[in-house]
Amino acid sequence: MTDETQVTDAEGDVVSAHDAGTRTAVAMPVARFDDPHMREAARNPRQAEQIIAVLMLIGIAGIAGFGAAYWQNAAPWIIAVTLGVGLFFLGFGMTAWGKYLMPQGPFVEERHPLASSDDERQAMAAALVERTGVVVKRRRLLGGLLGGGLGIFGIVAMFPLLRSMGPLPGDALDRTDWKKGTYLVDSNGRRVRSDEMEVGGIMTVYPAGLENTDAGQAIDQTVLIRVQDTAFTTVKGRETWAPLGYVAYSKVCTHLGCPVGLYERELELLVCPCHQSMFNVRDGAVPQFGPAPRPLPQLPLYIDANGYLRSQSGYDQAVGPGFWERTNQGNGTA
Amino acid sequence: MSTVETARPRTRRDVKRARGPYGRVQQVVDELDDRLGLAKGGRTFLDKIFPDHWSFMLGEIALYSFVVLLVTGVFLTLYFVPSQATVIYHGAYKPLDGVRMSEAYESTVNISFAVRAGLLMRQMHHWAADVFVGAIVVHMARIFFTGAFRKPRELNWTIGVTLLILAILNGFIGYSLPDDLISGTGLRIGYSIILSIPFVGSYLAFFVFGGTFPGHVIIDRLYIIHVLIIPLIILGLLGAHLGLLVRQKHTQFPGKGRTEHNVVGSPMFPTFMAKTTGFLLMVGGGLALLGGLAQINPIWQFGPYQASKISYAVQPDWYMGWLDGALRIMPSWQWTAWGHTLPWEVFFPAVLFPGLIFNVCFAWPAIERKFTKDNALHNLLDRPRDRPKRTGVGVAMIALLFTLFAASSTDVLANFFHISLNEVLIFFRFAVFVIPVVAGFAAWRICLEMQGVTGIGKRKRAMVISRTATGEYVSEDSAPRPGDGHRELEPEPVPVRIELEPAAVGAAVGTSADDDTPGVRRVNR
Ligand code: HEM
Ligand code: FES
Repeated sequence: MTDETQVTDAEGDVVSAHDAGTRTAVAMPVARFDDPHMREAARNPRQAEQIIAVLMLIGIAGIAGFGAAYWQNAAPWIIAVTLGVGLFFLGFGMTAWGKYLMPQGPFVEERHPLASSDDERQAMAAALVERTGVVVKRRRLLGGLLGGGLGIFGIVAMFPLLRSMGPLPGDALDRTDWKKGTYLVDSNGRRVRSDEMEVGGIMTVYPAGLENTDAGQAIDQTVLIRVQDTAFTTVKGRETWAPLGYVAYSKVCTHLGCPVGLYERELELLVCPCHQSMFNVRDGAVPQFGPAPRPLPQLPLYIDANGYLRSQSGYDQAVGPGFWERTNQGNGTA
Repeated sequence: MSTVETARPRTRRDVKRARGPYGRVQQVVDELDDRLGLAKGGRTFLDKIFPDHWSFMLGEIALYSFVVLLVTGVFLTLYFVPSQATVIYHGAYKPLDGVRMSEAYESTVNISFAVRAGLLMRQMHHWAADVFVGAIVVHMARIFFTGAFRKPRELNWTIGVTLLILAILNGFIGYSLPDDLISGTGLRIGYSIILSIPFVGSYLAFFVFGGTFPGHVIIDRLYIIHVLIIPLIILGLLGAHLGLLVRQKHTQFPGKGRTEHNVVGSPMFPTFMAKTTGFLLMVGGGLALLGGLAQINPIWQFGPYQASKISYAVQPDWYMGWLDGALRIMPSWQWTAWGHTLPWEVFFPAVLFPGLIFNVCFAWPAIERKFTKDNALHNLLDRPRDRPKRTGVGVAMIALLFTLFAASSTDVLANFFHISLNEVLIFFRFAVFVIPVVAGFAAWRICLEMQGVTGIGKRKRAMVISRTATGEYVSEDSAPRPGDGHRELEPEPVPVRIELEPAAVGAAVGTSADDDTPGVRRVNR
């Protein structure tokens, strides 16, 4: 340190007077008030102090204003601005005080090695190894039992922790609520008649009675589209599935399950807004673009004697995203 | 305490004298020290040195945003109802009157419109979450590029990466809680991602959601994870993070008087404490301004979650963008064989890829050691240009994540540039490979170039050119900035005692030659 600073043991007595005799005196570096290390960074401390005082006053005014604004239930932005300005300026003043008007050093601190001596290290290792050794050598059986017991507990504990959190999937992921003869209804539960939709129209339909349920909304949701042709086949083998040009696909995207909610009428493409997978309505909703790996399953429809749209059966496969047990064979018909 | 007890003071003055020169403070210190023995360690703590470099402030931003998250979060718990039970809304916000919604959504709308300062608290909470994750990432970048993760600090690097993962996770869970249309869509995607895991996916998804999506328990479960479990883990890890920092002490950039065996800077008390406490208030104030003036997540506009509805052009919070981008540009590869399906198109970008990225982060100190064979302890920081390869790798990683982030708006880009979505997609499928390589290589080259330039990286001072009366031009360095004068001094230990007697000062003030040195001038008061 510069001249005016000394390490004086004698000075240390002041602090540790009560037991100066029993402990070694503390090294007490002393700095004079005008040691350059103790000085402020500000070029003009007086002015800096004034500026900081103004900042803090603004802060105090803001915080007081916040109290008043809250009390008066002022508009949210007034509450926010008073609080924000109050905290920010008070903090700004404080930081500036620390930066410009407090001792800036540079000060130094020694970095003592963290590592212990070699002997200490060896003693630690010895304690671990030799104590374990003596225990295990003598009592193999008990050690094995303890390990086994804890292991079994770990497995058993999985049941209450994991298993009781939910049912097993079973075939729940393969099923929907569409059955033979289910009426298609709109979101208000109204049955859809074959004469009420225009060509090019699209709507979301649900199995009758389930339009407001979680399952109806999340799993059974289906898009119904009316295309131009009256005799319309998407894929070979599905000749009867789209009577009068009414074609229905699962609305659950095969990529990650978002509702496939956009329809490009001219191109006859269903578009998923999540990651832009596009499904061609004409050829069985085969993905034309994007990350979706499979076509949207098609719901076979028929028009009953009263003109209502109904399903011939359920979907012929699981709807929605892929999962390990999913097969490509249709097993969703229920 | 010997002095106090034996002196038996009678008058006030006696009491004062008996306490010694430090009065009541001494008494408190003595009493505490008798019980806890903290005088020695406590003083070391007050003397702890913090290097003066702006980049050391990034971690503080993260820490203080977390404080704001805790405070505003507790406020939100007073009013938020974590329930998926259906209600019909009849509240302050008229456009939603009569709409069916979950109690979670209803209570969030109420926080926004019916609770005093509720909207501010919600928006501050959301902004704080975004700033929190952002600050962690930038903080991590500075640790990486300066090599601060090297031995002995690998453990703290690991804790940091864990904190980042937890912050991202809790952010995602947080914005799933209000049960609005966007958060529900996010949850559905989350469910489908769990489904994609081979062997156990459908079981896990059913356990997490209590059955098929959406079920009626998920908000409640996420709630307790969001407000208790993850914040507790974060708090514990933060304690360990800062504890290690104190034990191992700060790193520092090389400079005057700085070695591997010391730390140079300003002391904990009072300088750093004043600066950092002020900074806490500034972060809080800044977040209050953001939360009050910049709308974020206006859930009343999105409407309640309905599984068959979707809003268009939804973007997740920024820190999920890279995963969304990866999901978008992944080709639709799905394997089916022997009656099983492996949805690569989801499992790779949403599970394996982030797993890979975070594992590379965790393993980086070990990976680097493998290449450099450097097992020494490091307390002095690298300048990024002196480690071109590491810098190149880091830049490549950032470029990769940015490219993926950009890829999460393929549709927006296609609309904006009037090109087909298909072209944008194909561009990004190449770009994720090309851009990181090019960026990393460029960074490596630039580092090599910069090494050759002298004086680079020094704080520049403006030149002042003035014309004399005789028409001569003189150029001079402008005055140094405040504080620069201190940089020139030899570092000294923090003094324990400071002579406060003005008599000792008076003589020196005003006459000292130092007075002409900007930055160390003292004015007599
Ligand atoms: C790691 C720290 C945290 C992060 C990243 C985080 C993030 C979020 C986000 C992004 C939201 C959505 C806000 C919205 O726009 O509506 C949220 C909601 C919420 N958070 Fe946090 N949070 C954190 C910690 C906490 C803590 C510690 C608590 C309480 C003790 C809490 C309580 C809540 C509550 C009750 C909600 C739902 C109310 C609402 O959405 O308005 N959070 N969180
Ligand atoms: S969920 Fe439909 S494209 Fe991703």
